[in-house]
Order: sequence, then C-alpha cells, then structure tokens
Amino acid sequence: MGIATAVNTHLRALPTWPVYLAGLIPLAWVIWLVMSGGIGVDPIKGIEHRLGKIALWFLLGGLVITPLRRLIGVNLIRYRRAVGLLAFFYVTLHLVTWLVLDMELLWRQAFNDLYKRPYLLFGIIGFVLLLILALTSNTASIRKLGRNWRRVHWLVYPAVSLGVVHYLWQMKVISQEGWIWAGALVVLLGLRLMPWLRSRLFSRQRPI
Amino acid sequence: MPPKTRQPNAPLIRSRKPDALGWADVTPKAQFLNRRQLMAAGAAGLGAIAAPGLLKAASPYSTDAEANTLKEITSYNNFYEFGWDKGDPAAIADQLTTDPWSIEIAGMVDKPGTYDIADITKTAPIEERIYRFRCVEAWSMVIPWNGFQLSALLDRVGVQSGAKYVAFQTLLRPDEMPGQRAGGIDWPYVEGLRLDEAMNPLTLLATGIYGEPMPNQNGAPIRLVVPWKYGFKSIKSIVKITLTDTQPPTTWNILQPREYGFYANVNPTVDHPRWSQATERRIGGGLFGARQETFMFNGYGDEVADMYAGMDLAKNY
Repeated sequence: MGIATAVNTHLRALPTWPVYLAGLIPLAWVIWLVMSGGIGVDPIKGIEHRLGKIALWFLLGGLVITPLRRLIGVNLIRYRRAVGLLAFFYVTLHLVTWLVLDMELLWRQAFNDLYKRPYLLFGIIGFVLLLILALTSNTASIRKLGRNWRRVHWLVYPAVSLGVVHYLWQMKVISQEGWIWAGALVVLLGLRLMPWLRSRLFSRQRPI
Repeated sequence: MPPKTRQPNAPLIRSRKPDALGWADVTPKAQFLNRRQLMAAGAAGLGAIAAPGLLKAASPYSTDAEANTLKEITSYNNFYEFGWDKGDPAAIADQLTTDPWSIEIAGMVDKPGTYDIADITKTAPIEERIYRFRCVEAWSMVIPWNGFQLSALLDRVGVQSGAKYVAFQTLLRPDEMPGQRAGGIDWPYVEGLRLDEAMNPLTLLATGIYGEPMPNQNGAPIRLVVPWKYGFKSIKSIVKITLTDTQPPTTWNILQPREYGFYANVNPTVDHPRWSQATERRIGGGLFGARQETFMFNGYGDEVADMYAGMDLAKNY
C-alpha cells in the first residue's frame, strides 16, 4: 500500500486539465501521419481505424480505473471523467471519418449499411450510449440526477462491450490482437462481477 | 507545361504489336515509382507528369484508367501467408525464396508434370495488361500487370475433354511464410475457376508489374489475375495447377461459405453479408472523393457476362 499511497499523494497535486491535453496527443499523432504520408496508401482506412483503436484504448482505460483502486489502491477516479470524455471524442471522430471521408456522405448507402450490418449497428448503438454518458458527464448532471446518475452510467458496460464487438465483427477473421482486446474486456467486466459473486458465495455458505 | 519525357522502349515487355505503347512511354519510371511525391512537387513547378489522356494501352483488354503507383501496389497487400496486416507482406515477404520455382500441372491434362518457371513463362509472349482490381473488402486499384493468358498454358499442356474446373494451390512453406505457422486458415491457400473462366482471354498468369519481376508481396514469381472477380480469387505464388471434373474447394469459401462463394464475381447488387458492394474506395484517391461506383463484373461484362447467362448470381455469389 505504501507505493499506492505515495502515488495517490502525488496525484492529488495534479489537476485534471493536463489529462485532457495529453489525451489529444494521439490525435496529433494521426494528423502527423496524414501530413507526413506515414498513414499509408489508404489514408481513409488508416485514419478511421486508428481513431477507432484510440477510442478503444480510452474506453477500456476507463474501465481500468475502478479495479485499480479496489485491487491496488491507486486512486485515479478524479480522471475518469476526462478518460470517458476523451473516449467519446475519439469515437465521434471515428464516426465522422466513416461518414464524411469513407462513405462520402452517401447517406442512403450509409443507412442501408447500418440497417443491414450488425457490426455497424453495434457501433452506432455504442455511440448513442456514449453520447448519453458524455452529456451527463458534468457536475450539474450528477446533482440533478442524484442516485439515478449511477444507473445511467452503468450504460458504460454495454457501450464498451458494443465497441469491442463492433471492432471484432468487422474483421474477416478475428486476429490475435482482436482476441487480446476481447480478453481484456472479459477480464475488466469479470472484475465487476467479483464482489457480487463473493457476496453470493458467502450468503450460500452461511446456511451450511 | 514542361516537356513530356519519353522512353523509347519498355524493358521486359514484349508486345504482340511492335508499335504499341507501354507504360514506359507515358510514365518514366522515376515518376511511377514516386508519383505522389512528384504531384506534391508539381505545385512548385517541378513536376513533369504525363497527361492521363496519353496513356495508350498495349492490349485492347487494358483499361485507360490511371494506374496506381508501384508503391501503392506493393505496400497494400492481402497475403495472409505473411500476416494479417496489409503492410505485413511488404515488410517480410522478401524472405520468400522464389528461385528455384516450378509448377506441378496435374489432373486431366495430356502432358502432366513439373514445369520449371523459366519454361512456363516461355509459353507465350509476356504482355502488359492494365486491369482494374477490386477487393472483396470494397477497395480497388488499377494495376499494370505483365503476364500471359492462362489459356495459352492450358492449351500447351492439353486439357482433356472431361475436365470442367481448374484448381490452383499456393506454396506451402511455413518457415518462410509466418502466417502459415499461425492458425485461422487451413493452409495451403487454394482457389479454382470453371474451365471456361480459366480459358477466358482476360484470365492472366502474371509474372510482373510495371515491367518489373513480380514483387514477392504481390505473389512472386507467378500468380493468377482474374479481373472480373474479387481479388481473393487471384491466387498468388502458384505451385500447382490441377484440371478436374469436380468443383475444387476454395480457401475463403471453406472459411466463410456464407460470405465468400466459389464464383466471387464482382457484383454491386449482391452485398457481402457485412458490407455493401455497391461502391468502392479507389486506393490513391486521396482523402476526398475516393469512393466510386462498383461496376458489374468490375466493368468486364462485355467479355465475361455470357459465361453466366441464366445463372442466379445472387445464389452463385
């Protein structure tokens, strides 16, 4: 616990705005790749997939914060809103890239695709859920919604899961990296179930 | 307007028509290798880029669409034997040994046997064919292949009367092809065509691109090119060709029969279960305006539509 306490003490001095700023570094990296040609010969897919992958990092990163506190004692809860909003920011950029650069605003084909392709539908539903979360990620909403705020923000679990499924489903054959993402999601969701499982086990043991 | 540079002859390309123009007549090598950079430089008055209208093709089967650069063609490849990423083949395919190389021709042929690549490529004069190339993933390129018609090889080895299909097989060499050491696909990669498709004059055995020997990542030393079908039909690095009377198994069809059929003809009206095939993104099209309409049979309907008369192409996808 010594190290965790030390980390927590140091973090207390750090405001949240540098986290937002650091969260823009991946965007700067993508812009740099486009300007320098490093994005590859298919820049649209290059931008689209990179933004999607960055969004996944933030989405799963947000789910790491609570277990980190529970299991190791490092408290990053103060930065969770920033991580979540950054995830939403990159998901939005990913969606805009798809709509504007990839589909070139061919609305009809885009909507037909949405309707017919589960992986796109999953992605869009995930986006809508994240939109709800983003709109209520402010102190005023927390006050206004009261205990309902926690219920609303439970939506983060289906939202992140939809994001990961969306990512896996668009692959021709699920790659090794795909399975790693899926595994990470399962572990992070499983950690949420642990307290619940433990209480169930204990309550079962008592009568015996 | 800067003076247009012309190279009098195209190396390695022998054309049937001696006066025909090849790629080198319109696009000096330094430019096709590096067109994008030159286009950037063009704004500064340095570019000497051939007007697209000048691109006169050697073969009547060639498209007059502007070809992709060699860099684009050689750095964006689906060749899963070398990895899942489109950049993997360019990064590691140079470890593939392509010399010596031979092709076993087997099955219902008069002259079966193992033919050396040097012998195979003497089957017919190497000509240039600038073809559209449409991937099942809904992107496309225009590629100046060098090769000869598969029909010439089949005529040479003598197809027996009962044969109805041609089966192809890619090299199986896991120590040089790391993708074959990983799971996911049942190696070696196999593909097949109906005999009339194989005999179609568009169907090519390609040995090069832009007058250069076939780059490893594009399927060295010899590969199939079937321009009216999705790219995965154009099997790379061929080591075996078998004439048969039964429809041969094909790799993607085995893997996902609902998504990839035996025919795999480019068809904008039959969607992939997970995405539309109505449009495609042209590689090299830049950030805006790269998406274009997909044509039936990839625009080769005049040459191939007859072969599928009366067939339900939504069922035989």
